[in-house]
Amino acid sequence: MSEIWNYLETNGSSVLTALVQHIWLALLPVAIAFVLALPLGALVHRYLPVRHVALTTGSVVYTVPSLALLLLLPGVLGTSVLDPTNVVIALTLYSLALLVRTTADGLDAVDTTVLQAATAMGYRPLRRWFTVQLPLAMPVVLTGLRVATVANVSMVSVAALIGIGGLGQLFTRGFQLGFYLPPIVIGLVLSVALAVVADVLIVAVQRGITPWARAGGR
Amino acid sequence: MIEFEGVTKRYPDGTVAVEDLSLKVETGRITVFVGPSGCGKTTALRMINRMIQPTSGRILIDGDDVTSRPDADLRRGIGYVIQGAGLFPHRTVLDNVATVPVLQGVSRREARASARELLERVGLSANLGDRYPSQLSGGQQQRVGVARALAADPPVLLMDEPFSAVDPVVRDDLQQELLRLQGDLGKTIVLVTHDIDEAIRLGDKVAVFAQGARLAQYAAPADLLAVPADDFVSSLVGRDRGFRGLGFADGAEIALKPVGHTVDGLTLELDADGRPVGWRGPDGLLPTEGTFSDGANLRTITDLVILSPAGAAVRVDEHGRADGLVLVEDLAGRVRTQQRERLAALTQDQVEEAEAG
Ligand SMILES: Nc1ncnc2c1ncn2[C@@H]1O[C@H](COP(=O)(O)OP(=O)(O)OP(=O)(O)O)[C@@H](O)[C@H]1O
Ligand SMILES: [Mg+2]
Repeated sequence: MSEIWNYLETNGSSVLTALVQHIWLALLPVAIAFVLALPLGALVHRYLPVRHVALTTGSVVYTVPSLALLLLLPGVLGTSVLDPTNVVIALTLYSLALLVRTTADGLDAVDTTVLQAATAMGYRPLRRWFTVQLPLAMPVVLTGLRVATVANVSMVSVAALIGIGGLGQLFTRGFQLGFYLPPIVIGLVLSVALAVVADVLIVAVQRGITPWARAGGR
Repeated sequence: MIEFEGVTKRYPDGTVAVEDLSLKVETGRITVFVGPSGCGKTTALRMINRMIQPTSGRILIDGDDVTSRPDADLRRGIGYVIQGAGLFPHRTVLDNVATVPVLQGVSRREARASARELLERVGLSANLGDRYPSQLSGGQQQRVGVARALAADPPVLLMDEPFSAVDPVVRDDLQQELLRLQGDLGKTIVLVTHDIDEAIRLGDKVAVFAQGARLAQYAAPADLLAVPADDFVSSLVGRDRGFRGLGFADGAEIALKPVGHTVDGLTLELDADGRPVGWRGPDGLLPTEGTFSDGANLRTITDLVILSPAGAAVRVDEHGRADGLVLVEDLAGRVRTQQRERLAALTQDQVEEAEAG
């Protein structure tokens, strides 16, 4: 235990840097994917042929091992192997594959009677989309967002294997020092804590913006 | 007035839902579209607010083609009650009711305040306003659906099977409520149902549709019962239509016998104030089984005649004093004349229509 404190005292700033970098690398892709998934999910929901192509592509992306994707991307993009952009793009692709599907599922789950009622009340399409359709799809969409966030937090650690920052660096450090435990434990605890905090935050947001989903319980 | 002029709707898959429909819906009245499932009632209704575009023909509201205004504006001026209520699950009852006024630019505060009043108008307590729709019973949701459609005070109200998802007792309440509201508001209402009894109860005029929205008959409920246009209508209208039709016939013109009249050895006995006590005969006092007063219809009177041991219904004035008797033979006479008059009127209508057309 004291070894861990010692390690933190001497390497505190590098641990902090790793943590901050980890947060960035994990959350930026979710944010980008979320913004992209809304229009894409809407297309998938709306057009049957698009659905087929998109969902198949999504499944294929998901089966590519993350390490392979990280090594493949520099070749495709012409970036350097150590460029964090690779991680951001790789994780955005994974998140997107997941979020497009859940967004479409969420939109599919909205009762068509309610949408027809909105049209009959005199909603124009854009307003109906943002104030009726999207809010009603939110419970499912946010569930997808939770999964994507937690998955990203753990996948960023893989990036350390090819020498890119994040808490994974602490693991590689530990292994380099002949299985020296303190950095490994710190990396593990922090990444688990990060996943939990992110999850709790999303649930809080979910409860805040969809109070109706818990009302009635029928 | 809403006019359908040769309206046809053919869906892309070739289904003809409505074929060459021409019909006039009167202002300030309840017009009911009734017919079996799939005959095109919803399609016909939704072409009025352009949720569905006709393949050919046109629809006019007070002389203006519905295509002459942007869809959203047109719809904000037409109340719509969708089957199954279709409330917004993510908005409170108040915000649901306030929907159209808010779309029209009324401030949310103001819209909510009038929504609260409207809730009471449709028979709901205003403190249900802060609930979400999932926290209401089916009947309450239907009422909110009606309130939402009325919120912007539109002159026209379209209702698609508004009461089909609730049990018979609640449905009865809601129908009564609608008639009461309509008495105050005088909207032009088009209501779709597959329940002929609902159509007869609510409609000032009833359009009976067969498959393909073929208009089988368009008439007042009493005429529908008395003179169905064909076998399809008469089978839809069902049994006892003669008796049910008496409900629309005023009992005022019936011949009365004086209260002292002896019927088949029975005489009406009155108390000191002149109120009926029972029928006095050789076997003692028999019950009157009820009385009727001014404004009663022939169905009520017939029922009393059937139940009375004397075969006579007792009429009372506003103080409950007996002031006349309807005997079975006088009732029969009135019923007979009634049906002859109706047939004559219908034939006259047809002649006039033929001459006009
Ligand atoms: N979007 C559509 N595409 C193709 N056919 C349709 C479509 N909507 C309705 N129809 C068909 O048109 C016909 C009339 O449908 P409509 O919904 O108007 O009937 P309805 O009288 O309201 O029936 P119900 O009492 O069951 O509600 C039906 O045969 C139906 O299958
Ligand atoms: Mg229908």
